Amino acid sequence: MKKYSDQHEWILIDGTTGTVGISDYAQSQLGDIVFTELPAVGKDISKGAEAAVVESVKAASEVYAPVSGKIIEINPDLEATPDLVNSSPETKGWFFKVELSNPSELDTLMDEAAYKTFIGA
Amino acid sequence: MITAPTLSSIPLDQLHRDLGARMVPFAGYDMPVQYPTGIIQEHRHVRQAAGLFDVSHMGAIFVPNNPAIELEKIFPTDLQELEIGHIKYSLLLNNQGGIEDDLLISRLEDGFLLVVNAGRKHHNLDFLRNALPSVDFVPLFDKAMVAFQGPKARTILSTLCTEASSMAFMTTKKTTILDYNVILSCSGYTGEDGFEFICGSDHAFHIVKTLLDHEDVKPIGLGARDSLRLEAGLCLYGHELDSKTSPIEASLAWAIGKRRRLEGKFAGAPRVLTELKDTPQRKRIGLIPESRSIPREGCSIHDAAGNPVGVVTSGGQSPVLGHPIAMGYITNNTSTKGLTVNIRDTHYPVKIAKLPFVPTQYKK
Repeated sequence: MKKYSDQHEWILIDGTTGTVGISDYAQSQLGDIVFTELPAVGKDISKGAEAAVVESVKAASEVYAPVSGKIIEINPDLEATPDLVNSSPETKGWFFKVELSNPSELDTLMDEAAYKTFIGA
Repeated sequence: MITAPTLSSIPLDQLHRDLGARMVPFAGYDMPVQYPTGIIQEHRHVRQAAGLFDVSHMGAIFVPNNPAIELEKIFPTDLQELEIGHIKYSLLLNNQGGIEDDLLISRLEDGFLLVVNAGRKHHNLDFLRNALPSVDFVPLFDKAMVAFQGPKARTILSTLCTEASSMAFMTTKKTTILDYNVILSCSGYTGEDGFEFICGSDHAFHIVKTLLDHEDVKPIGLGARDSLRLEAGLCLYGHELDSKTSPIEASLAWAIGKRRRLEGKFAGAPRVLTELKDTPQRKRIGLIPESRSIPREGCSIHDAAGNPVGVVTSGGQSPVLGHPIAMGYITNNTSTKGLTVNIRDTHYPVKIAKLPFVPTQYKK
């Protein structure tokens, strides 16, 4: 199951863990990504809190946690090739994996169809 | 009811949209910030081949009859000695020695041509008319202005205008491209060899279309224009320069003419001449962080003890160098050992870098 936040993060759910990245729409708005700052593994994050930073050529933008939980893994490939976020935003360009502490938060997120309507696609 | 301010269109607006540009509001105009391939590829293309920039939002002001002595009351440049066909980088100074704008001054056969920044052109016109009421300033704000920059620009433009092949950097002439009348300058703000031309908007459309037919020419947006000028260590008004900053603080002493330093009769001269002698309180510097986090405008700079000693005025990723670069100001008595920059509440070590970050390729 894949869901989207109104801040343009996606989360792919597998059991009680979720993989998080930014949407194709978001990367297209940001332009060339040159650096990502990812959270520390083991860190607890709350839904809506700043979890990562993505730097495009133009500006730095925050990536917010779409759900609460503990960071269990970060994408090591983004350090050497941050432009994976441009070329493969919703698969290889993922940011981090989170162990969900409150799965009911997923109900507040949009499914793909609702997100497409949200961005006017 | 409140209505949103309307944006003006530049003459080549539709062409940019047809080329897939993302248009953004800038200085009151809808301007192309990037085309579909993105800023990094556009930037590299300019460093390797040739890029076309629409800079029609900038302002050209014609000053007929060569009133050099009058203009020298404001500008600190040697304008009496400026030969026909030559260009000087100059500064519009206020009485406090602050920079109202930076600009290029060309001497044509029938007068001076001032090319000023987009966001300052109406301000400058008022400022100059107020300061020099006896001088005629004629705005040419409806003209198209195009920059054509990069190592292949000269060869390509020479096929449409043979005179371009032999022009040296910072020279200008009235000539024709494709039989259209233009004011052609060998100048630019990317660090590359290149040209800028001013002409009627219809003529610009045909010239630009013809140049874009060449396989080595690509349209370039404002995004890459900014990263190119940052790599070249060039100031941008509103960032490195403002009405409180002096030319000496900004490391632009070279823009003050030799005779002018001796005579001192220009706006703001007391401060400028004092700072030339005694060094100013702060100075512009280049910075290279040791991390990959990018110091952006507004990030504070700190000494080894953590005390704030300055601020970043421009920062970004250098597409050519592959790491972040920045410019900013620090107080002049600061030890440059152990400097850090505060990015999102974390202090990252930075080193002072020589400017430009990427060597310039001007044809002298």
